[in-house]
Amino acid sequence: MSEAKKFLYVNRKAPYGTIYALESLEVVLIGAAFDQHVSLAFVDDGVFQIAKGQDTKSLGVKNFSPTYRALGDYGVTKFYVEKDSLDERGLSADDLMEITYEDENDGFAEKPSIIVVTKAEMAEVMRDQDVILSF
Amino acid sequence: MAYEVNGTTVEHDEEGYLTDLNDWSEQIALEIAKNQQLEMNEERWEVVNFLRNYYDEYQVAPAVRVLTKALAKTMGPEKGNNKYLYELFPYGPAKQACMIAGLPKPTGCV
Repeated sequence: MSEAKKFLYVNRKAPYGTIYALESLEVVLIGAAFDQHVSLAFVDDGVFQIAKGQDTKSLGVKNFSPTYRALGDYGVTKFYVEKDSLDERGLSADDLMEITYEDENDGFAEKPSIIVVTKAEMAEVMRDQDVILSF
Repeated sequence: MAYEVNGTTVEHDEEGYLTDLNDWSEQIALEIAKNQQLEMNEERWEVVNFLRNYYDEYQVAPAVRVLTKALAKTMGPEKGNNKYLYELFPYGPAKQACMIAGLPKPTGCV
């Protein structure tokens, strides 16, 4: 098998109202099942995808927000969130869901997956990837 | 296409997955298992119930790799391994156990 590549999925849109967030999540689940290095980025309205307390009852669509918390089990342990996007929307890291993973190399200690980064740091993260997919 | 249990009919898709997971009951589970030529025993129920709890928390049916890892963590390595799971569900633990649990087919399951 060829070597695993580094994939970054860039999420730019609010979770409900369009199909982009769900489609991205499904591709992430599939990609991770094939043992690739998968990370996620949340910019612009995409930061709402991992915001706490989503309730889709009155929309009549499935609430898939809890699924982000399962991604640690799939080996997806890095959620890069752009700080400017949070600030512009009056959000802070406290408004985001608690998303963690268990570090196999550190006695399965629970560690946070969310990393808040500046625009410049996000650019560095992107530079480091083999494949970038934007949703 | 539908399962029939105690005079009620419950819709399923062409492969046998429930159309609406709210239709699930233990009786339905037994009927799906029968269709899969599986007899439900304590070990199979344990996996099915684990999957239902996992779905309840994360709204996703786990991939096999994730399921085995999670089972190993909560129930020990003698249950969290492929051999054990494939003995219980010979046509694929994710596929068959999820179907019996009333969950959708796991994403990425081909």
